[in-house]
Amino acid sequence: MDTLLNFLSASCFLIGGFLCITGGVGLLRFPDFFTRVHAAGVTETLATPLLITGIILNQPDLSLDSIKLLMIMLIVLATNPTASHAMTKAALHGGLVPFTRSKGDAEKEAKKQTSQKNSSETGGDISTP
Amino acid sequence: MHYLILILVLYLFWLLLSGHLTLFFLSLGLISVLLIAWLQHRMDQIDREPALLKITLKLFRYAGWLSWNVLLSNIDVVRRIWDPKLPIDPVWERLDIHVKSAREKTLYANSITLTPGTLTTDIKDDHFLIHTLTPEGMKQLREGEMEKQIKRLRI
Repeated sequence: MDTLLNFLSASCFLIGGFLCITGGVGLLRFPDFFTRVHAAGVTETLATPLLITGIILNQPDLSLDSIKLLMIMLIVLATNPTASHAMTKAALHGGLVPFTRSKGDAEKEAKKQTSQKNSSETGGDISTP
Repeated sequence: MHYLILILVLYLFWLLLSGHLTLFFLSLGLISVLLIAWLQHRMDQIDREPALLKITLKLFRYAGWLSWNVLLSNIDVVRRIWDPKLPIDPVWERLDIHVKSAREKTLYANSITLTPGTLTTDIKDDHFLIHTLTPEGMKQLREGEMEKQIKRLRI
């Protein structure tokens, strides 16, 4: 039983670590800000839970600490989308337009977006420096 | 009534986090829990729409379904990151939505963002702006499986 638990936690650590590296590699390889957010998502949504599961399995028995670790995992999973959304929205508001290979619908939306932004900024936006 | 439940749940949470069962810590916990309940009461008076989420079995089933999908799309994104040819083709388009309530929209937008490869960049009354890593991700969202699951929750 102990060997099995050790094996499971070790594989969780290994896969989690590999996924962390993968997130970093994606961050370097992907072309623009928005695609990089996707790459960072891998570390947040799969690597972190795996690492925390590894720590829980690595403990000799279930205790209060296991529950606390579970709560940390839930908090990370719950705040991740909010943070990603806030970042991308701030980037769009700052005038960054996503890189896309196929133009069309996306570019139209981009134009609409920027024109909306401009009109809101001329209307006395407090966030303009 | 729901303040009573709030106080009970918060106190249970405090007990879990602290783990000390001396009178001093128990009373500290009680004080902070009562303070939170009072603040919550004040905020509800300003807000006038207390956010009550019913924890049902369906919600857990949805969480399971979402985790499975997050796992699948994680594997897909990892494969694309390590592929020497870097097979990505980012798409940024609008996605019409059919869910109405603010709660459903929040859950939908957050679920989309939680899934790697898809990202909600903006939320409007009747549509989201979605950035996806590949056209396939967009196609999958347009099929609306996730939206159907959320509608079934009736939150």
